[in-house]
Amino acid sequence: MPPFLFWVFALMTLIFGAAVVLNRNPVASALSLVVSFLGLSALFVSLDAYFVGIIQVLVYAGAVMVLFLFIIMLLNLQAEERHRINWLASAGGLGVALILLIQVVFTIRHFEAARQTFPALSASTIDDVRNIGALLFRNYNLPLQIVGILVLVATIGVVLLSKREPR
Amino acid sequence: MTTLGDYLLVSGILFSIGFAGVMVRRNLIIILMSLELMLNAANLSLVAFSRFRVGPDGLPNYNAQVFVFFVITVAAAEVAVGLAILVALFRIRQTTSVRDISSLKF
Repeated sequence: MPPFLFWVFALMTLIFGAAVVLNRNPVASALSLVVSFLGLSALFVSLDAYFVGIIQVLVYAGAVMVLFLFIIMLLNLQAEERHRINWLASAGGLGVALILLIQVVFTIRHFEAARQTFPALSASTIDDVRNIGALLFRNYNLPLQIVGILVLVATIGVVLLSKREPR
Repeated sequence: MTTLGDYLLVSGILFSIGFAGVMVRRNLIIILMSLELMLNAANLSLVAFSRFRVGPDGLPNYNAQVFVFFVITVAAAEVAVGLAILVALFRIRQTTSVRDISSLKF
């Protein structure tokens, strides 16, 4: 991937990610999140992680965002009215996030490997779906079963939570 | 050429944006979306390290991508449960703002 495409997709991810937080209307936030996830999946593809890039689009831009938009529609949420902003709390939250960012940038600047470019892949074909599948079912079989049970429990929990109480 | 640090920087900025959203916003749906941003920032740095560690067979280290798979699965389950709690809360209180849910506030 040419380097300028990396910056295009990185800026797309970051700008629309910031739009998620800054938008007052939840629908606009949700649509910004979709664009941010599409940029992120392009970054995954640029790192030769085709499988992860595709499930990013399928699971996040598809399933999860439909869930978000459906809930926003179900609850009929409007853009929130202008509250009196608690400046102290907002400044505190932003300050903590800024300190975290400074710490991350400082750590990356002093990280020797961060200045190196990615080594070339010498394999003739990158069959990452096969490799990830083999790892999942051989080395990570028990975690895979546990995640399956987790998803089952989440499904049952969601049904129970959203069931109306019998009067 | 893009370096490993560029990807880590994008990941760190995205995580900070999500963290700021969780700290500052008062709408529960936006807080859940910001949580998703943070999880995805972590995924980006995992995939970058996976590509950085090329093994002797000339392929990326796929252990990290398996981990990304698990993170995505758990995040999807978490969003489903979180939104179900949100709907249940909205039925009782008719609000999605954390301002109005302060019974446990010290």
